[in-house]
Amino acid sequence: MPEVMTAAKPGQAAATSTILDVKNLESWYGESHILHGMNFTVNAGEVVTLLGRNGAGKTTTLKSIMGIIGKRTGSVQFNGQQLIRMTSDRIARLGIALCPEERGIFASLDVRENLLLPPVVRPGGLTLDQIFELFPNLKERLKSQGTKLSGGEQQMLAIARILRTGASFLMLDEPTEGLAPVIIQQIGHTIARLKKEGFTILLVEQNFRFASTVADRYYVVEHGKVIDGFANADLAANMDKLHTYLGV
Amino acid sequence: MQALYAQLLVGLINGSFYALLSLGLAVIFGMLNIINFAHGALYMMGAFCAYFLLNLGGINYWWALLLAPIIVGIFGMILERTLLQWLTGLDHLYGLLLTFGIALIVQGLFQNYFGSSGLPYAIPDQLRGGMNLGFMFLPIYRGWVVVFSLIVCLATWFLIERTRLGAYLRAATENPTLVRAFGVNVPRMITLTYGLGVGLAALAGVLSAPINQVRPLMGADLIIVVFAVVVIGGMGSIMGSIITGFALGVIEGLTKYFYPEASNTVVFVLMVLVLLVKPTGLTGRAA
Repeated sequence: MPEVMTAAKPGQAAATSTILDVKNLESWYGESHILHGMNFTVNAGEVVTLLGRNGAGKTTTLKSIMGIIGKRTGSVQFNGQQLIRMTSDRIARLGIALCPEERGIFASLDVRENLLLPPVVRPGGLTLDQIFELFPNLKERLKSQGTKLSGGEQQMLAIARILRTGASFLMLDEPTEGLAPVIIQQIGHTIARLKKEGFTILLVEQNFRFASTVADRYYVVEHGKVIDGFANADLAANMDKLHTYLGV
Repeated sequence: MQALYAQLLVGLINGSFYALLSLGLAVIFGMLNIINFAHGALYMMGAFCAYFLLNLGGINYWWALLLAPIIVGIFGMILERTLLQWLTGLDHLYGLLLTFGIALIVQGLFQNYFGSSGLPYAIPDQLRGGMNLGFMFLPIYRGWVVVFSLIVCLATWFLIERTRLGAYLRAATENPTLVRAFGVNVPRMITLTYGLGVGLAALAGVLSAPINQVRPLMGADLIIVVFAVVVIGGMGSIMGSIITGFALGVIEGLTKYFYPEASNTVVFVLMVLVLLVKPTGLTGRAA
């Protein structure tokens, strides 16, 4: 991946350096034990996809990394720093950003306010002009109420607002869910473009046909554990297994 | 006619206090999900704070307008850090009981030391006297209270609805978890918001000191009506609580002129009517 090397940001010196290292991660929602020892790594500049059925613990994994879950144990190291006991605002300030599954667009804010809401945590984020170049639709709707946008536009807004902040590690939770094919394609282009710019992306997807167009590697999650992992190049060879895992 | 205008003015003055107090309650409820029953006691503390500043420190009314909200606001923030923050995620009832308890303790302490009768607080020299408007005589201080309260209410509305800081506040009211995950220190914002709401109550207390005297139970009497105002206006809206506050003050004033016997109950009758027709209040959203 030469483009990653050339566009690498500070702290992402080489494409092979581990940026996120999750070991034995366990999480609880109140009384229910969701993650039972997740183990996986993400390297700088990679797009890594978590695959798995509904309820396998993919979203919970992202939330656990972000620190927005009731209780978590184990180890989450980001650039060598331990996150497991950090509050989510401090985790965000290290340069990790989450685009949640439900998108989290604020109804009481207009599009511009939604876009400008996440504070800039480090230098090197996209400028507004670069964001409007990626998502021209948003520029025309700046004054609209956030939740008046279409589903696709809301998804673009949810991604766009975390690109401004300078976070270099993005977690996207099912960005294509419920969207029209043409918009899925646009989001695919965006992810490819971000990867080129040196962002590291941890993606949760049900739609592995979409994932296969952007991902470098996959992990398969079941019952709150990683049960398999392979590179995109080995996708074809793993297709049968994958069908069994995902039940499709 | 003179009497009607006079009652209208009294209504506007009461409306100013209703608006300042219900505005603070709305801001606090939005962010902390707490029905702040201590609001009346904090309003009273604002008035006492002005009284102490003047009589112990020789600090005049104008400085008290600035300092009392800050001092009482800091007291509020300490309350939030030490007590209220532990209520996060619990039922509304806990917040109501805790703040009601705080109100009783604070009012009890002040009553213990200052009794129930009022302490005088003089109208500042610059605002003494009155103006003859032709159709009525306007005491300058009363006109000042109405105008200044309106300005403060609109400034608060502007802060919340039109600024970047306000955008954080509105967003955190909707989804504090996500706002925090963007890197905003939401717990600190919650503390400051409580301080802002309390500061507005204390400001109302200072404004009322020259009109109503300074009494330990001045807030207890007022807060019941203010809660009715909040129920009528709905908890969700900033502008709604300002308009409802002023409007109900005026309605109360008009009732005093046309049917004085009902003047103490008209707000509650309206509350019942609103609850029957629109339980979330005139401008409120469903919880």
